[in-house]
Amino acid sequence: MSDTITKEQIFKPENIVYKKTDLMTDNVLSYCPGCGHGTTHRILMEVIDEMGLQSETIGIAPVGCSVLAYDFMNVDMQQAAHGRAPALATAIKRLLPNKTVFSYQGDGDLAAIGTAETIHACNRGENFTTIFINNGIYGMTGGQMAPTTLEGMKSSTSPYGREWHAMGHPLKMTELVARLPGTYYVTRQAVHTPAAVRKAKKAIRKAIELQQQKVGMTFVEVVSNCNSGWKMTPVNANKWMVENMFPFYPLGDIKVDGKLVKEV
Amino acid sequence: MAKVKGDIIVDIEKCKGCEVCIDACPTHTIEMSEKVNGKGYHFMQNVHDACTGCTNCAIVCPDGVITVYRIKV
Ligand SMILES: Cc1ncc(C[n+]2csc(CCOP(=O)(O)OP(=O)(O)O)c2C)c(N)n1
Ligand code: SF4
Ligand code: SF4
Ligand code: SF4
Repeated sequence: MSDTITKEQIFKPENIVYKKTDLMTDNVLSYCPGCGHGTTHRILMEVIDEMGLQSETIGIAPVGCSVLAYDFMNVDMQQAAHGRAPALATAIKRLLPNKTVFSYQGDGDLAAIGTAETIHACNRGENFTTIFINNGIYGMTGGQMAPTTLEGMKSSTSPYGREWHAMGHPLKMTELVARLPGTYYVTRQAVHTPAAVRKAKKAIRKAIELQQQKVGMTFVEVVSNCNSGWKMTPVNANKWMVENMFPFYPLGDIKVDGKLVKEV
Repeated sequence: MAKVKGDIIVDIEKCKGCEVCIDACPTHTIEMSEKVNGKGYHFMQNVHDACTGCTNCAIVCPDGVITVYRIKV
């Protein structure tokens, strides 16, 4: 066989080893270049696709940059008032217990205005999956400080850096919900490298599989960049995230099979 | 030993030029173009012939604009 392979020989449908899942629509994502929202949407939809659950899934979009998630995810979706996604997800899952239900929320949505809904849904052990995008900031509204903003981190409302005497401490929402008896699987992931994306996808798959066993809340945090809000290029934002976000928000499982696997 | 040969197709008009894929490529096959697409973004392009079809670039692309092909040689 000749060594030279032509493009025509390679570009055949049977040789495709990766393409965007059909469960992502063809709409151009409204996210900034390099934002982790897009990657997280895609791996979530890949999991739903691979598990054959497209017609059995109902997702909840939040308020925040991902408010339009229903334009991008090709499954049934509802959109909740700011922070209320866990309440809406609770209602949907209780009314339609055999559907796969997820809420998809940013840190301003989940850890600020929606703190009560998050904590109570987790504590009640509601049987849906929470996908929590933590970029340490309110992305959509212009990069204001969020509860998750790191100490010393600059934002549009903490231009000299977050200082805890005046602005309080950063909140580790995921560690907090891991301590509640209603959560069964709690993990923190990222999507900035191929290896991280593969791991995050496995974690989401595990969460959805566990949901089918009706074990209670499954909770996947994704530490992500908000390169626009952080005022960095996407590549530099990911680097900054590794150096600054990961030490405070370390990746890995926090609770597995209903038991803490990490000190929180 | 069986070798593999890969190649990619980039949906240039949907690429946002974020460059997240560039470092993810173990064979340094891809680069950003000098040219821009209709939205004004420099798009990613395949410049060398070293692709193994590992899918790394496609997996990490936030906008899902890369399709990867692979054949055994
Ligand atoms: C009740 C209410 N209060 C405030 C707002 C304004 N608002 C829109 S998005 C947002 C914060 C979103 O931040 P986050 O959840 O971190 O998501 P991101 O945009 O970073 O993905 C706020 C405060 C609103 N839409 N509704
Ligand atoms: S503002 Fe931040 S979170 Fe929103 S799309 Fe842009 S990078 Fe992503
Ligand atoms: S598939 Fe792998 S080798 Fe080919 S361009 Fe993408 S990252 Fe590089
Ligand atoms: S990761 Fe995707 S959108 Fe970003 S430069 Fe590469 S191909 Fe373009």
